[in-house]
Amino acid sequence: MSQFIQQLLNGLFLGSIYALIALGYTMVYGVLRFINFAHGDVFMLGAFTGLYLNKLMGPILAALPWPVAILIVLVLSMAICAALGILIEWLAYRPLRDKPRLNVLITAIGVSLLIEYTGQLVFGATQQPFPAIIPKVNVGGLGGLTVTMTQVIVSVTAVALMIGLRFIVMKTKMGMAMRALSLNPTASSLMGVNNSVVISFTFGLGSALAAAGGILYASLYPSIEPFMGILPGLKAFVAAVLGGIGNIPGAALGGLIIGVTETLVAGYSDVLGIPSGYRDGVAFVILILILLFKPSGLLGKVEREKV
Amino acid sequence: MLEIENLEVSYGSIKALHGVSLKVPQGSIVTLIGANGAGKSTTLRAISGLIKSRSGKVKYDGEDITNLPAHKIVAKGLCHVPEGRMVFANLTVEENLRMGAYLRNDKAGVAEDLEFSFQMFPRLKERIYQAAGTMSGGEQQMLAIARAIMSKPRCLMLDEPSLGIAPMLVRSIFEQIVAINKERGITILLVEQNANLALAISKHGYVLETGNVLLEDTSEALRKNPQVREAYLGG
Repeated sequence: MSQFIQQLLNGLFLGSIYALIALGYTMVYGVLRFINFAHGDVFMLGAFTGLYLNKLMGPILAALPWPVAILIVLVLSMAICAALGILIEWLAYRPLRDKPRLNVLITAIGVSLLIEYTGQLVFGATQQPFPAIIPKVNVGGLGGLTVTMTQVIVSVTAVALMIGLRFIVMKTKMGMAMRALSLNPTASSLMGVNNSVVISFTFGLGSALAAAGGILYASLYPSIEPFMGILPGLKAFVAAVLGGIGNIPGAALGGLIIGVTETLVAGYSDVLGIPSGYRDGVAFVILILILLFKPSGLLGKVEREKV
Repeated sequence: MLEIENLEVSYGSIKALHGVSLKVPQGSIVTLIGANGAGKSTTLRAISGLIKSRSGKVKYDGEDITNLPAHKIVAKGLCHVPEGRMVFANLTVEENLRMGAYLRNDKAGVAEDLEFSFQMFPRLKERIYQAAGTMSGGEQQMLAIARAIMSKPRCLMLDEPSLGIAPMLVRSIFEQIVAINKERGITILLVEQNANLALAISKHGYVLETGNVLLEDTSEALRKNPQVREAYLGG
């Protein structure tokens, strides 16, 4: 039993990171109706920004208490990646705004490859250790469970960011404009909304969350390389589809489900008779099932509108 | 207040407007009637910046606003209630109205206009927390008009407010359109297929046919015009 709870917890920690990435996919889909396949690479850039910030500001960060240090790294790399996300949209997607959606989708794959290989050129192709800003201590000795400080920070940060996002989307003017734009871009422009600004904001917000995900992921699995964004990115994409693409709570739920399922399959591989190496395939089995049986996703609604 | 000169619009290689000119004087209700496909909606969409015109001029308050982006035109106080209402289906009635006031920062004024919207259409108050998409067509039209009023426009363009709406609601909506014009002094450009109704509340009218202005006259005269009677007023 305690092993099950342990696996469940591990799954939730991992899932909360998938959820952060999935939120960006779903928000961008909401305003532009396309899947930004370069999103997973922004997640990678987030981790590398964290690494380089650590190299640049190492002595300063070391002098600070660790919670302050991790907060600084997190906030700075979120801000930098938000700017990068806005830049990507401006350079690659905005010129295609009135073109068929397939063109944008193919461009997104191109942008993704460009970031990965530029990353290889700039950061190097080898694995690099991510600095341990969060002390390696075990905080959960209860009933034989192992919960590290890193895991606590990961889940607390992820939850805080999701609450913050919900506040922005539901309670602020910009959030209302995001929702209005995703429902009807023509009508939102007739209300005086500058749709381009809202789209930029959405990219910035999604990229910031991906960057946070990157830092948290690198804290859990402290070895990073330029292609690290591909698998988590794809899994988060599946999470967004699972929750109902365009649906924000759905993306969070989808992320948690993918994380937990993947961890349980790996943890009980001997019982299930599935080698634990298949853990990465779990998300894609879920994708196939959801597309077959509930293509609108768990929380996605088939929208009916009266005319 | 609103002046359009020789407006030409094309969709690809198809010309939709062949040089439409019209004038909407301050404080008046002017109507634009015509059959399906005559270019009525296209005219409004070109004025409000939803589509680009190929040539011609749109002047508002003496200022050239031709081909400005839609969000900048709203900011100038010219608001367009589009065909098909386009309410934000998943937002509540209140959120829809607040979207109407998107560009405003005067909280007290917005609260006042929210109250005014509910006085104008009490049904909206009953449904304040309901998702707009779940309301009837007539209620959505009320919401679309009230949402436009929330932007505090000086000129309002209404596209087919009677389309697909129960006759009883049409009457109350048109009464409110007149009230908006009289009490709030908002200039109105009304596009309608229901020419009878439109000519009854407007001062001046234009008849559009296949992208051209066929006739223009006072609404009174248009109602008596045999050509108009036969084509648009059912004989």
